[in-house]
Amino acid sequence: MKVRYFAWMKRTVGVAEEDVTPPAEVRTVGDLVVWLRGRSTGHAEALSEGAAFGAAVDQRTATFDVPIGGAREVAFFPPFTGG
Amino acid sequence: MAVRVQEEDFDVGAELARLTAGNKRIGGLTVFVGLVREMHVREGLHRDRIDALTLEHYPGMTERALEEIEAEAKRRWPLEATLIVHRHGRLAAGDRIVLVAVGSPHRGAAFQACEFLVDWLKTKAPFWKLEETPGGEKWVGAHDGDDAAAARWEQERR
Repeated sequence: MKVRYFAWMKRTVGVAEEDVTPPAEVRTVGDLVVWLRGRSTGHAEALSEGAAFGAAVDQRTATFDVPIGGAREVAFFPPFTGG
Repeated sequence: MAVRVQEEDFDVGAELARLTAGNKRIGGLTVFVGLVREMHVREGLHRDRIDALTLEHYPGMTERALEEIEAEAKRRWPLEATLIVHRHGRLAAGDRIVLVAVGSPHRGAAFQACEFLVDWLKTKAPFWKLEETPGGEKWVGAHDGDDAAAARWEQERR
């Protein structure tokens, strides 16, 4: 699946997107967050427990309990500041 | 009913003329134009002037989110025409950033729906502002006031 990062999270992680293949036990957005933290110190910092960020699964806003099985794209981003 | 996300500027008059062309049921047209405001932020002991900002967005999700917000406005009010144009990329102070226009048979619905659309797009559409100051770049944090403005419409849901 493709994982995408936006705004400051992209800078902290160091890439805008990456293809990952998480193990079967990674079932939800929350599981994916925990698993991604292990990829690099940048991931660990951007996705840390204290960081304020949200997620989308296949371009729809998703809470951390949403399953990611079958998802093509999961995105992480800070709160929106448009308008 | 239309939603556009674009880098280029928009012509408000031309957009409104196109939006209302041929529709004689519109009795009131409300318009909100958001501009990049020149601002000063305090950074420790000195004040920084914000010269410009860059708007990042999530192509695909942005359009979908704006379409959902527009559809929600249509469910709540009798609307004849709606338009949301949001720019992305680098914008300088004074530049137009967003256009929201709503046409309805009566002004009440047009005013309310326009304010609703602006409030909701600020908190539900994936845009992020990166400010440029003489001291460097800074990502804008979300405003509690925006969340409160958007939440107001949750309570007033009919």
